[in-house]
Amino acid sequence: MNAIYIMWLREVKRFARSKSRIVGALGQPILFLVALGYGLGPVFKQAGQGNYLDFLAPGIIGMSIIFTSIFNGMQVIWDRQFGFLKETMVAPVSRLSIMFGRTLGGATVATAQGVLVLGIAVIAGFRPDWFGVIPAIFVMLLIALLFSALGMAVASRLRDMQGFQLIMNFLVMPLFFLSGALFPLSNAPAALLWVARFDPLSYGVDALRHVLTGSAAFSLSLDLLVLVAVTGVFLWLGVFFFSRIEV
Amino acid sequence: MEAAIKVEHLTKTFGEFTAVKDVSFSVAAGEIFAFLGPNGAGKSTTIKMLTTLLHASSGSITVNGINPSADADAVRRSFGIVFQDPSLDEDLTAWENLEFHGVLYGVSKKVRAQRIGELLNLVELSERKNDFVRDFSGGMKRRLEIARGLLHHPRILFLDEPTLGLDPQTRNHLWSYVQKLNRDEGVTVFFTTHYMEEADRIAQRIAIIDHGTIIAQGSGDELKQQTGAQTLEAAFLSLTGSEIREEAGSSLDHMRQFRAMRSGGRR
Ligand SMILES: Nc1ncnc2c1ncn2[C@@H]1O[C@H](COP(=O)(O)OP(=O)(O)OP(=O)(O)O)[C@@H](O)[C@H]1O
Ligand SMILES: [Mg+2]
Repeated sequence: MNAIYIMWLREVKRFARSKSRIVGALGQPILFLVALGYGLGPVFKQAGQGNYLDFLAPGIIGMSIIFTSIFNGMQVIWDRQFGFLKETMVAPVSRLSIMFGRTLGGATVATAQGVLVLGIAVIAGFRPDWFGVIPAIFVMLLIALLFSALGMAVASRLRDMQGFQLIMNFLVMPLFFLSGALFPLSNAPAALLWVARFDPLSYGVDALRHVLTGSAAFSLSLDLLVLVAVTGVFLWLGVFFFSRIEV
Repeated sequence: MEAAIKVEHLTKTFGEFTAVKDVSFSVAAGEIFAFLGPNGAGKSTTIKMLTTLLHASSGSITVNGINPSADADAVRRSFGIVFQDPSLDEDLTAWENLEFHGVLYGVSKKVRAQRIGELLNLVELSERKNDFVRDFSGGMKRRLEIARGLLHHPRILFLDEPTLGLDPQTRNHLWSYVQKLNRDEGVTVFFTTHYMEEADRIAQRIAIIDHGTIIAQGSGDELKQQTGAQTLEAAFLSLTGSEIREEAGSSLDHMRQFRAMRSGGRR
């Protein structure tokens, strides 16, 4: 219990102290909101799909969460290179609590980032259902847990940051672009929809749309079920790989 | 007395290369044991196997009667370690690094506060306790690392070149503290060093490893007697040869070692 707390606290402290990381992580969502939200808005409306910004905002929140979470999980690689990983590897606490604490910390940080992006989206003109904000934060936390665990599972298998670019381009980017964050899945070609169904972020963004705007492609219970189940699997994978690290 | 550490026919290979070859030794509970050897001899690799960081390729290990491969968590509860390489979180302060360790090792809040204060004093970092570790000098980081390793008063303490890069004052403080822990709490100490004088003074028993194999074991006096040398350094050099390991040493290095041996012999 204490181990989970202290691992969590470390992640949160490190994040809160690096102002440049917080601001840096906001750049991309702002760019997407402005360029796509304002740029594609008229086209979207003409196609009879309604307000694009309302559609896009949950997707961009999902984007900032997946990026922050995976990046946070990958911190394991830095810890390995700076040697700090050894300190946690010899500690007399279960790998599960170390993994869980780290994942929780990374997820807390990513959720905070998601809330900031929500605020920015509101400034940009996004009008969510205000009663949905608290449930949305809960959904954000679920998405963040899922991808923090994934990031850590992947990072446990990598020796250095060399693999990072590979992960970004062949895992994170496809997960984001194929998730329906930017376009409606309901009208997507069958092949694309089929792929999106295997992307956990699809369900995350869909759940966010449910609670924030009320219109979505899948049912909310399916979204939540998938998120919880996949998070469980990734956590288990993370513990499995993490406990096999040799330093 | 029961052995705190017992190693039999321990071997570790990395691919084709054998870093530790059929090593056997045992360390009694409450003993101070020095593990000496030239660079690349296999000291750190052995310590990593004893402390659950590496799996042995073959052979058996028991630490406090437990096999690290079978029950890693139980073994982890029984030891503390100061690593040869840095292992601090540079983005946390000195105090936070110690606090982190204390919580992780289940040291109660009260004891934690008292020991952190005591250890920061010992390594003379009290005034810098709220500074980020990334701003510390190499020696200061080393001192903090040592303070952290001593924080939870384990049954067995592994020190992998703890005094590397430290000034003589800090080295003396460190060893008196370690000896006090050994005396008052019966902590078993397993350490490596390249300062032979230090090993001779502190260790009750010494093993010398070279090219992954143990070539001599005994008290400092026994090793000196065995080789007919006056100092442990001379004994060490006569056992391991005076060539420099890994890279072929420059002639200057050879001369320096030769001189060290000669002056050692005269003293
Ligand atoms: N992960 C690894 N992969 C491959 N070779 C390794 C690995 N770790 C250590 N070695 C090799 O094993 C040998 C022993 O290394 P070790 O770190 O145990 O030496 P040491 O006795 O601690 O030396 P030093 O006094 O320099 O610290 C070296 O030749 C080293 O290159
Ligand atoms: Mg070493």
